Amino acid sequence: MTEYTARQRISRSEVAHVADLARLSLTDQELDAFTNQLAAVLDHAADLEALDLTDVEPMIHPLPVHNVLRPDVVGETSDRNEVLSCAPSIENEQFRVPPVLGESP
Amino acid sequence: MSPSKEITARGLAAEVRSGVRSARSVLEEHLSVIDASEKEIHAFNLVLIEDARAAADVVDAQVAAGDDPGPLAGVPVALKDNICTRGVPTTCSSRILEGWRPPYNATVVDRLVAAGAVVVGKTNLDEFGMGSSTENSAFGVTRNPLDLRKVPGGSSGGSAAAVAAGFTPLALGSDTGGSIRQPAALCGVVGVKPTYGVVSRYGLVAFASSLDQIGPISRTVADSALMLEVIGGHDRRDSTSIPVPAPDLTSVLDRGVEGLRIGIIEELSGDGLEGIAVDVKARLGEAAAALEAAGATVAATSVPSTVYGLSAYYVVAPAEASSNLARYDGVRFGLRIDAPNAGDMNIATRTAGFGDEVKRRIMLGTYALSAGYYDAYYGKSQKVRTLIMNDFARAYEEFDILLSPTAPTTAFPIGEKTSDPMAMYLNDVCTISSNLAGHPSMSVPFGLGNDGMPIGIQVLAPATDEVTMFRVAAVLESTAPAGHPAIGGVA
Amino acid sequence: MSTNATTEIVPGWETVIGLEVHAELATATKLFSGAPNRFGGEPNTNIDPVSLGLPGSLPVLNEKAVELAIRVGLALHCRVQRSVFSRKNYFYPDMPKDFQISQYDLPINGEGWLELADGRRVGIERAHLEEDTGKSTHVGGGGRIHEADYSLVDYNRAGVPLIEIVGAPDLRSPEDARAYVSELRSILVAIGASDGKMEEGSMRVDCNVSVRALGETELGTRCEIKNINSLRSLGRAIVYEARRQVDLVTSGGRVEQQTRHWDEAEGSTHKLRSKEEAYDYRYFPEPDLVPVEPSDEWIESIRAALPMLPRERRRRLADEAKIETAAAALTVERGMDDLAVEAIGLGADPVRVLVHLENNLADGIGSLSAGPFAALIAMEVDGNLTSTQTKTVLAVLVADGGNPAEVATELGFEAMEAEELEVIVDSLIAEHPQDWLAFTSGDDKERKKKAGFFVGQIMKVTGGQADGRAVNELLARRADA
Ligand SMILES: [Mg+2]
Ligand SMILES: [Zn+2]
Repeated sequence: MTEYTARQRISRSEVAHVADLARLSLTDQELDAFTNQLAAVLDHAADLEALDLTDVEPMIHPLPVHNVLRPDVVGETSDRNEVLSCAPSIENEQFRVPPVLGESP
Repeated sequence: MSPSKEITARGLAAEVRSGVRSARSVLEEHLSVIDASEKEIHAFNLVLIEDARAAADVVDAQVAAGDDPGPLAGVPVALKDNICTRGVPTTCSSRILEGWRPPYNATVVDRLVAAGAVVVGKTNLDEFGMGSSTENSAFGVTRNPLDLRKVPGGSSGGSAAAVAAGFTPLALGSDTGGSIRQPAALCGVVGVKPTYGVVSRYGLVAFASSLDQIGPISRTVADSALMLEVIGGHDRRDSTSIPVPAPDLTSVLDRGVEGLRIGIIEELSGDGLEGIAVDVKARLGEAAAALEAAGATVAATSVPSTVYGLSAYYVVAPAEASSNLARYDGVRFGLRIDAPNAGDMNIATRTAGFGDEVKRRIMLGTYALSAGYYDAYYGKSQKVRTLIMNDFARAYEEFDILLSPTAPTTAFPIGEKTSDPMAMYLNDVCTISSNLAGHPSMSVPFGLGNDGMPIGIQVLAPATDEVTMFRVAAVLESTAPAGHPAIGGVA
Repeated sequence: MSTNATTEIVPGWETVIGLEVHAELATATKLFSGAPNRFGGEPNTNIDPVSLGLPGSLPVLNEKAVELAIRVGLALHCRVQRSVFSRKNYFYPDMPKDFQISQYDLPINGEGWLELADGRRVGIERAHLEEDTGKSTHVGGGGRIHEADYSLVDYNRAGVPLIEIVGAPDLRSPEDARAYVSELRSILVAIGASDGKMEEGSMRVDCNVSVRALGETELGTRCEIKNINSLRSLGRAIVYEARRQVDLVTSGGRVEQQTRHWDEAEGSTHKLRSKEEAYDYRYFPEPDLVPVEPSDEWIESIRAALPMLPRERRRRLADEAKIETAAAALTVERGMDDLAVEAIGLGADPVRVLVHLENNLADGIGSLSAGPFAALIAMEVDGNLTSTQTKTVLAVLVADGGNPAEVATELGFEAMEAEELEVIVDSLIAEHPQDWLAFTSGDDKERKKKAGFFVGQIMKVTGGQADGRAVNELLARRADA
């Protein structure tokens, strides 16, 4: 595969930061490999840079649909036991997790 | 005996409905084919022998009671293993979903069952749909039934292989950038990506929500039409579902192409396209000639911005995926690798549970959405989608249908592209634009390559015009060159 | 409350406050699924695949939540507009999908304003729809998050519709902040959008505080304070934070932009994270939902169905009673303005109406209705009942209803004849000549004092039956004679 040694579109430290945001941990070796691979994809995407898209609206949906609304009527709820039976850890009918560091943003 | 192209869902359902054959006997025959060659092909993550027998018996009981089980009475179907089935493991071919049994059925599953279909198993895929060869599965590769050294394509490789091998006449795949059409082409079967919103995504485990669409894989065009009629139509559980009934397709298949204007997309078939094989181009030319002979007018045309499709796709799809796959955090379901605190538990779980390709795309998408890069990547790519839509709209003023190859080459050897993600991504170059625009497209087998492996022609249509797309597909099917590979057999 | 623009917590310094209020909307179901929106209940019972964020589940927007959000927008004079949902990405165990569906660059309600009881307007920057999270209980370490052994998560609340109302930094004191929250709560309750219960967490307040020297026009660096659970803590947190920031600046330091946590027990705030550590939420439009474009007809029909808002109620009562708008606030807050306006409309004296509502009806109006209330006040004004007797009759009307004249008769409150009163006054003047002299020839102060003495004596003699006003008039007449 292509080796990117010159100026890369994404640096090793950026990949490390992104892994952090995505809650993934990478070995040094993986970090090198992923940096090269992501740089190759971003290099390919560089053809977009030349495009002048100032007056183009971004597409949010393939189809021009809007106002899809549901009446406020109570529907079926899940069977708690069925759901909890697939949980990695439970206690008192709740999902148990290791201690949480830091508060919700 | 292997089922051949003559064994169709339509034919089987007719026999079961009329009581000529029992659903149970149809099932057992298919189970014996699975038994004979599943070991070497590995199309399935899970074969539901007992559940399938029970379902077939229900169909037979309905027939015995004088009730009509529906248009797919007793037809064995295979489901891509990213489609939720209540109480039955749904793995997405990922370790991270270990132990998860959805508490609900996908809408398509309910509709198939209501139509009398018998679910036989869950098929292998590239983990979460991310790949073009079904090599990125936590449970091993699926082999192409026509040549076991080759990939079946992906990500719906298990479903395409199951149909090609005669395991089931019908299968469901999902298509985010070509994941139904490309494996269908590589396995010599029909694969359809409907208009975005025609088939409910409720219960399809999301890869890239604005691109994903469920669709049929079958050995004949008519069977795909039949299956799409069953699974399509509005679903209030999916906000992006189009509020219209499923199109009537089976009745239009014999209408021919007389008077239709068909354009060949230069950018996806001409000399400018990197890596397109000579034999693929040759078959496309023959397909055009066949349609012309059948009364259509055929001309080359340009859809210029499709050349940016691949770049836009490999930003948009990973971006959405990075968010869709955040929920695999070890808290509520699936794998958990314990750690002293919740954050570290998330990291340990995700690091152990996801394969390399999934990690690659999550990181790519996270990067494309992150502060400072959003406009350059995600924002720009969504604008490119608008350009592609506009270009297609212009092309469809002149043409009813557009044509291109489905994939640049025939099936490639297992292992050939696994170390170079970009080379793998280039496989999707012809199929991606339909997803970006939300338009329907399908792959129809049309002759063989120099290696004796099948080649697929892609038929593209404007949004919601599945009817015209199927008419063209039916003509291509009936005019395809002789010397078709031994579909249903194992080479 | 004070109408001063500035209430100085630290002399010479101005505190600038902007509030972000989250209120749970009073729907039957969640924002994106049919699971019940219900407070309390057995853990993990109000759940379905959508509220748990299970793979393959998809959101479908609750029409009622949109309607309530539009009601809020209209009540706050916001521009109601085309809106798009976005994903706010961050990992947290109580967040089922590890992203929150919220609105980002295109909120359903744009800029508007809220009018405080004293007539000042506070800017509203936006009011958008979003989903609530589940709830974690921290086990061990005394239930505190940083010392817990582990946590348990209940997703009953996950997906409950919230409206987040972002106020402009227009508030200047703890009193301002409390007045703003009270007014906002009154509005939300009045329009049926939310029950506004801070104690149940259905209304939550985050507070942005900055300080600047008096006269300075640039805004200082702000800190956002989280975990404020009552109006009382809101005021305490603002005072603490303002002092902390002024101390920092006056001791040569600099305020760092931070998110801080209010600790109720310690009475202080502590740093959660700095601006640099802020989350990168990677917002992008939610592909599983389509834009909401409320039609003019829909908006107008919602507007037409809106009840009268506290501001309009205050204005109506003020006009009716010919008083300052601020003076109408308490009666409106107690929800008694309809009674007041109706009674005044029936000819009751506005001043007496408000005096009784404010002083004697704090526990509610019970069976009291406008007709009997107006009749009672007429009896009082005409001197047929003393104010004490009026209060007694009023209590009966509140408890049992009825006709005030009949109640007064049953209680034996016969109006005292004028001649009877004259006889008693004249004999008292004769009995206390020194006091009478002081009354007739003293200065204003002395005259007032002696008037009080004579009224007191007369009340003693008549057992409270005499009308104080009539006695005063009589004394004046005798003195002038
Ligand atoms: Mg906020
Ligand atoms: Zn919020």
